[in-house]
Amino acid sequence: MTVERVISETKDQFPIGMRVLAVDDDPTCLLLLDTLLRRCQYNVTTTSQAITALKLLRGNKNKFDLVISDVHMPDMDGFKLLELVGLEMDLPVIMLSANGDTKLVMKGITHGACDYLLKPVRIEELQNIWQHVVRRKKFDQNDWYNSGSQDKPHMGSGEAAGIGKVDQNGKLNKKRKDQNEDEDEECDENGHDNEDPSTQKKPRVVWSVELHRKFVAAVNQLGIDKAVPKKILELMNVEKLTRENVASHLQKFRLYLKRISYVANQQAHMVAALGSADSTYLRMGSLNGLGDFHRLAGSDQLPNAGFRSFPPSGVLGRLNTPAGLGIHGLPSPGMIQLSHVQNSGNAGNDQSKLQSFVIPGNHNANILLGMPMSLELDQLQNNKGVRHIGELPTADNTTVFPVSGSLIDARVAGCSNNPLLGVTSNSLMLEGSSHQAILHATNLRDSVSTMVFQNGNTLSDFNCIAPASNQLRDSKSNLQGQASLISCNAGPIIRSDPQEWNAPRKDAPYQSNIMCCSINSSIPVNGAMVQLGQCLDQNNPVFHRNMDLDSIGPPNFVDPLSIKHNKGESSAMEPLVIDKEGYLIVQQRPQGSYIPDNIGPLGDLASAIMKQDQDKGKPADGDFGCNAYSLRNCI
Amino acid sequence: MERNPMGRQLAIMRQSLFDQGYLDEQFIQLEELQDDANPNFVEEVVTLYYRDSARLILNIEQALERKPFDFNKLDDYMHQFKGSSSSIGAKKVKAESTLFREYCKSGNGEGCTRTFQQLKKEYATLRKKLEAYFQMARQAGPMETACRPK
Repeated sequence: MTVERVISETKDQFPIGMRVLAVDDDPTCLLLLDTLLRRCQYNVTTTSQAITALKLLRGNKNKFDLVISDVHMPDMDGFKLLELVGLEMDLPVIMLSANGDTKLVMKGITHGACDYLLKPVRIEELQNIWQHVVRRKKFDQNDWYNSGSQDKPHMGSGEAAGIGKVDQNGKLNKKRKDQNEDEDEECDENGHDNEDPSTQKKPRVVWSVELHRKFVAAVNQLGIDKAVPKKILELMNVEKLTRENVASHLQKFRLYLKRISYVANQQAHMVAALGSADSTYLRMGSLNGLGDFHRLAGSDQLPNAGFRSFPPSGVLGRLNTPAGLGIHGLPSPGMIQLSHVQNSGNAGNDQSKLQSFVIPGNHNANILLGMPMSLELDQLQNNKGVRHIGELPTADNTTVFPVSGSLIDARVAGCSNNPLLGVTSNSLMLEGSSHQAILHATNLRDSVSTMVFQNGNTLSDFNCIAPASNQLRDSKSNLQGQASLISCNAGPIIRSDPQEWNAPRKDAPYQSNIMCCSINSSIPVNGAMVQLGQCLDQNNPVFHRNMDLDSIGPPNFVDPLSIKHNKGESSAMEPLVIDKEGYLIVQQRPQGSYIPDNIGPLGDLASAIMKQDQDKGKPADGDFGCNAYSLRNCI
Repeated sequence: MERNPMGRQLAIMRQSLFDQGYLDEQFIQLEELQDDANPNFVEEVVTLYYRDSARLILNIEQALERKPFDFNKLDDYMHQFKGSSSSIGAKKVKAESTLFREYCKSGNGEGCTRTFQQLKKEYATLRKKLEAYFQMARQAGPMETACRPK
């Protein structure tokens, strides 16, 4: 069959000829799936390896309309693949599994799957999968329309709400929304990118660190609640950037934030997992005060065995097998030591610090895409700290965290560089030196705390979520959880070019996922950032959101956006330690406010934050994403 | 539908596999996918299944030799095995797999061992029966395999 013919057929006779990529490590199932799909008259490509699938997808972004993937695969967790595909290519992904556990299905949804099928799959079910492709296209069209007219900041490009308004799509959207997210308007599906091959073919926007920084700054300025694409676009003042681009990016960003906050809450077991992470963790330990972290790294106990198995394989080092694609934030105490970063003046150290924590286990490039947690590192030392974070990978540039969202987005935008999923250094933050500026700029606010370490090639996703709140809470005032900075972004770790990271880091075990240290300066760091911990379960990456952010009033969750520069609130940067699996291990334990102590570097941060916060007397509402809000959102 | 005694015998054999619970609906799905373009599809899939699952069986066996049992791993292997087995419609094998997983979840090592033995028996029995079935199908002619009472 010739591709050309198929493509033209696709357009004419859709759904006949729809191009599907099927991924399953089990040959029996794959053969069956292949045959079934062909029987449905789709154009099928199969592979038994997720990595190959990614290569295929990245090779030509418009080559496929839909991806069907098994959940349980040896080389990469299906959920991770799902996230990456969603971020980078923005294609609908259907998950397939013999296990129909509600938790898993939920996980699939959280990670953006547009459907979840049980094995053995029947042909009837496959006959309708084309609807996901159509829906997405329509979403795009409507999305723009809606977001523009409605200007709903929260609704990620109005996907949820906006679309609902459109009659014909209303149902689709609503359904989608229901499927995806109940509580928050953030839509998991970042979708709506203009990359839909079937409809508009707009050039993909690459969200560079710089761009992302602007984005985050704009969002911060407007306030996460009021950040609407139109205004963001105006503030950013970037040529050739359309509102759609911004809306799409915003959506992803929100999703990312949610994840981070979710992850942040995870327990320490993630942290433990961190420990086991590769030496990288140890490296992390080297971070100042990262003692805990260090410990984490050292301890090999990643709760999830999954972590360990972070094969150095390029791309996505599986962050944690448990589909924890995104958020692996381990609640390690102070892992995310963003704070250490802040140790003012650590400039030099910072890097090491940063680095250290990032590298979770595997040498996979673990870049933390820490989404935009633009915690305001500022608080900490802010710039310094931030810088480090960014610098993690490389001495100077730490492409780190593209402040919120951008990471993710960046990735999506097409990390062109690296094969790594997620953030290729280009896109997000991780950019080396240049980005540095981003990071420390002013306040890490923008910078996403996620440090994406990428190791070599593998990108481990790790999601670091810096849930800070627990500790914060305790502190008097509001600190609660505000700190959730660390944003570990879920999933794909951005692999910034090794060079970027830091020469030394390069080989560093970035592999594991990067830890996103999201520093939320805006978060009234009461207790230092929230812990990221999320335990990624090996089998089931379950994110535990330990965050007790509930106490945190304002949803400030580590929203990088919320980082207010001026706030001065300490942004708890928690160095997210990314364990092998790429989990961002947030050292901070959600319990109590030990933050200052435990966290080690983070502790510093936390303390700093606390202090600042105390002055403020009140958690920055709305500043931090990590609040309960965020946490909740993060699934 | 049966055009000849052999065809009829084939149909009987086939039906008994269902009646005795060796195969389930999924097998019918496989048969439906078999057509002129894919004349030996069912046999291909089954052959592939036995080839690939042998590896999993071996893994499980080895894992069961290591004490203490790593239930997570065992569960993991079995999960994969179950997925494969259910794809070809191996009903009894699948049931044993489910049971095995339950024992894993509850940490019952003895239950696991016992169930695994039973599973292997079913697995081997099914294989023999299917081999006989395919052989007969070949003898009966391609048309026969395509005919099946609905």
